[in-house]
Amino acid sequence: MQRIPAASVTIVQEEELTRFVCSGAWVISQIDNAAWELERYRPGSAVLFETGGIGAIDSAGIALLQLSVRTFETHGFPAAITGESEEHAKLRDLLYPAPLESSPPQTPPSWLYTIGRTFHRGLEEIGAFLSFLGEAFTLLLLLLRHPAKIRWRSIGAHILATGAQALPIIAVSSFLIGIVVAYQSIVQLQKFGADIFIVDTIGISLSRELAPLITAIVVAGRSGSAFTAQIGTMKITQEIDAMRTMGFDPFTFLVWPRVAALMIVMPLLIFFADIVGIFGGMVIASVYSQISYAEFLHRLHDALALKHYLIGLAKGPFFAFLIAMVSLHRGFQVKANTESIGRYTTISVVNAIFLVIACDALFSVLLTELKL
Amino acid sequence: MKTPLIRIENVVTAFGETIVHDGVSCTVRANEIYALLGGSGSGKSTLLREMILLERPKSGTIEILGQDTASLSYEETQQLRRRWGVLFQSGALYSSLSVGENIAMLYQEYTDLPPALIRELVALKINLVGLPPYAAHLYPGELSGGMVKRAALARALALDPELLFLDEPTSGLDPLSSRQFDTLIQELRDLLGLTVVLVTHDLDTIHHIVDRFALLGEKRVIAEGSLEEVLRVDHPIVDYFFQKGRYGIAR
Repeated sequence: MQRIPAASVTIVQEEELTRFVCSGAWVISQIDNAAWELERYRPGSAVLFETGGIGAIDSAGIALLQLSVRTFETHGFPAAITGESEEHAKLRDLLYPAPLESSPPQTPPSWLYTIGRTFHRGLEEIGAFLSFLGEAFTLLLLLLRHPAKIRWRSIGAHILATGAQALPIIAVSSFLIGIVVAYQSIVQLQKFGADIFIVDTIGISLSRELAPLITAIVVAGRSGSAFTAQIGTMKITQEIDAMRTMGFDPFTFLVWPRVAALMIVMPLLIFFADIVGIFGGMVIASVYSQISYAEFLHRLHDALALKHYLIGLAKGPFFAFLIAMVSLHRGFQVKANTESIGRYTTISVVNAIFLVIACDALFSVLLTELKL
Repeated sequence: MKTPLIRIENVVTAFGETIVHDGVSCTVRANEIYALLGGSGSGKSTLLREMILLERPKSGTIEILGQDTASLSYEETQQLRRRWGVLFQSGALYSSLSVGENIAMLYQEYTDLPPALIRELVALKINLVGLPPYAAHLYPGELSGGMVKRAALARALALDPELLFLDEPTSGLDPLSSRQFDTLIQELRDLLGLTVVLVTHDLDTIHHIVDRFALLGEKRVIAEGSLEEVLRVDHPIVDYFFQKGRYGIAR
C-alpha cells in the first residue's frame, strides 16, 4: 500500500461537464490534499468523478466522494461517480446502505432560560440540603431513644482522622497567620510608639476570628473533601444500597459519627490554633519590638478578655456541623459515574467554606448587637 | 495458510512474585476473529494489554504486524498504535466529550481533513456501529451499556485500523445485545477486512463468531485452534470450560 502515491484529483473542464480524474491512495492518511481541493472547489457545471485510477480506498475516501457529490448537488449541479472498482462498490454499499442522516446539534437555550434554570436549580439544591438535614435529625431523635446504637468506635476513629492527624497542618497554618498579622500590625503600631498593643491585636483577632476561620477552612479542605469522596465512593460501589438493604441506616452508621466527631474535635483544634497562632505573634513581637515573652504573656493576661476566647471556641461546633453536613450531603449526591466524585468533592469544599464564612459573618453581627 | 499478523512466543510475565504467564505462545492470522479464553486470573487480559503495548512482558517475543514490539522507538510505537483500534471493557469513552467529539478527536489529532469531512466520517462511523444519528451529541454518562460499547467501537474504528482489539466486548450486555454485538463484529470483519482479537469468557461468542482461540490456564496456552480442534484436546481445563464431563452439555 505504501507504493501507491497520495490521493490526487485532476480537474478536466469540458463544455458542459467537469470531470474529476481521481488517482492514488484514497486512504485516511493520504487524503488530506484531495479533500481540501474538493472542499474549495466551486463547480460551474455538472460533475463526474472518474474513480477508475484509485489504487486503494478506505472509509475516509468513500466518505469524501459521497460528501462531495452531496455538496455539489446541494449547490445545484448534478454529480455522479463512475469507474468504481468492485472493492470500492462493496465498501460503499456497506458504509452507505441508505443516505446518511445526520442530526443537527441542539440549539443552545436562550439566556433568559439559562438564568431561570440556574436560579431554579439553586433553589432545588437548598431544598435538597434542608431535606437531608431533616432526615438526619429525624433519625437522630430515633438514635437518641436507643443510645446503645450509637457508634462510639466510629466516632473515635473519625476523631483520630479529622482531629489528631490534622494537627500538623493546622499548626503550620495558624503559626503563619500569627506571623502575618503580627508583622503587618507592628509596622503600623511602631509609628505611634504603641508597640505593646500588638498583644491586644494578636490576642483578640486570632482567638476571636482568625483561628476559628483558618481552622474551619483547613478542616473543610481536608476532612470535608474526604467525607464527600468516602461517601461518594460507597455510593458508586453500591455499598450504601447494601447497607440500606441490611437495615444499617446510613445516617446512624455514616453521617452522625462523622458529624459528632467533627463537632467534638473542632473546638479542640481551634484551641490549638489559638496557642500556636499567638506564639507566632509572640515570636515576631520579640524579634521586631523587643517585647519579651514574659512581658507579652503578662500583657495578654490583661488584654485578652475571656469572652473573646470563648466566642472563638463556641464557633467551632457550628462550623463543624456545617462542614460535615454539607460535605456528606454532597457525597450522597454522587452519581454512578467516576467523574462525578471529583465534581461533587470540589462543590462540597466550595460550599463548606462559603457556609463557614457566612456563618461567621452572622456571628459577628449577632454578637456585636448583643454587646459581647 | 494465512500469514501470521501477531506472533507471541514464550512470553513470561510476572507481577512481583506472582507469575502470570510462563511461556505463552500463540499466533493470530490475518482476517480471522481470534479469542483469548480463560478463567479469571488466567492472564488473558494481561496478554491483551501486552499486545497493545500497555504492559511489557518480562521475557519472550511479541510480534505485531511484522514488528517486534521489544525494539521499537517512540515514533515507531506511535505509528504502530495508529494501525489498531482498542475497545476497552468499560468503553473508556472520554466522559467530558460527547460521542461525536470522542470520535472526531482522532481525526483532529492525526489528520488534516476539512471539518465537513470530519463530520461526515463521524456520522459514518456512528451509523456503521448501528447507533442512531443523534447519539453523536450525547455524553457517555447518558448512554446505556450497549450504546457505550457501540460508541467505543465506533471510536476504535475511526482511523480504519487493520487490527481490532476487544476486551470482553459482550460483558455487561444482555444476551440479545451480546449476540447483536457479535454479529456486528463479524460483519465488520467480513466487510472491512479486519483482524479481530478479543478477550472473552462468553462461550456463545466462541461458538458463533470466533474462528480460532487460545485457552489459557496454568500460566500457559493449554489449547489453540478452532473449537473442534480444542475440544479434541484432553485436559481438565478444557473439560471444565466446555463442560464435557459432569454436566455433559457440550456441543
